[in-house]
Amino acid sequence: MNRLAPYQAGLKAGIGFGIAALLLGVSFGVLAEPLMGPVAPVVMSVVLFSGAAQFGATAVLAAGGDAATAIAAGTMLNARFLPMGVAAAPALRGSPLRRAIEGQAVVDASWALAVQHDGGFDREVLIGATIPQYPAWVAGTVIGVLGGGAIGDPAALGLDALFPAFFLGLLAAELGRPRALPVALLGGAIALALTPVLPPGLPVLLASVASLIGLLGER
Amino acid sequence: MTEVWITIAGLTAATVALKAAGPLIVGGRELPDRALAVIALLAPALLTALVLTGTFTDDGELTVDARAAGLGCAAVAVALRAPLLVTVLVAAAGTAALRAVI
Repeated sequence: MNRLAPYQAGLKAGIGFGIAALLLGVSFGVLAEPLMGPVAPVVMSVVLFSGAAQFGATAVLAAGGDAATAIAAGTMLNARFLPMGVAAAPALRGSPLRRAIEGQAVVDASWALAVQHDGGFDREVLIGATIPQYPAWVAGTVIGVLGGGAIGDPAALGLDALFPAFFLGLLAAELGRPRALPVALLGGAIALALTPVLPPGLPVLLASVASLIGLLGER
Repeated sequence: MTEVWITIAGLTAATVALKAAGPLIVGGRELPDRALAVIALLAPALLTALVLTGTFTDDGELTVDARAAGLGCAAVAVALRAPLLVTVLVAAAGTAALRAVI
């Protein structure tokens, strides 16, 4: 019996995600190296493995902010992992410690792939899809740190557009769900409306309120 | 540099806690149907928010810059059912091309 078989669907999709993660990792390494030197960006990618929070916290530090502000900014950017973790929870296995560890596999792309149309969750898809992204993210960071001089300005290469385009590609796969379109429009409107008044990250977390549309109708 | 290492340690601890909280609080319990109906729609809400804030904000302010052109290119790629990797590369190329011109 092949114990890896249940993970293969996730692994297959995860390779595509991994190539995108590699490119994002390169842009993180290029941006972070002048501020942090060569080692810290790689350590950050190894232990944190979270694009949004790493870019956000690095931007705060680059602007002269202190560690507390950078931690707060990054934490708010990752606050969405709270409801995402609740969604994944029933599918995870084992002791509380093991569940908490399996929960670390929650990253945006894998999570979006693993949520099912009925609100259920596929543990093997989540873990399978995350496995290729982790080494790709770290390797991309190393390439960015080492090759920054040769790569040049990430903005000139349009690398800052990778992130939203990556999420747009994931979103497209979701829009076939019943009521996904109105929820997406409302969530987007909430996020943009709150952006000028709240710190980065919180508008994204509060956009999740749009999913309460799921409570309407259907008895 | 100390600030960098404190940031890495603190942010890692916070992120691990955020990801662990749901699994620890819910455990193996089945979620009620109403919660599942909401969860099924979490992804479109969160992903749209990430797309729009990633494109139209800069330093906490709303803005329109070359990333919007990149997103437009990505939308065309998505409409043509391009693979995800092609979509992100098209977005980067579109953004870079516009920046090279203006």
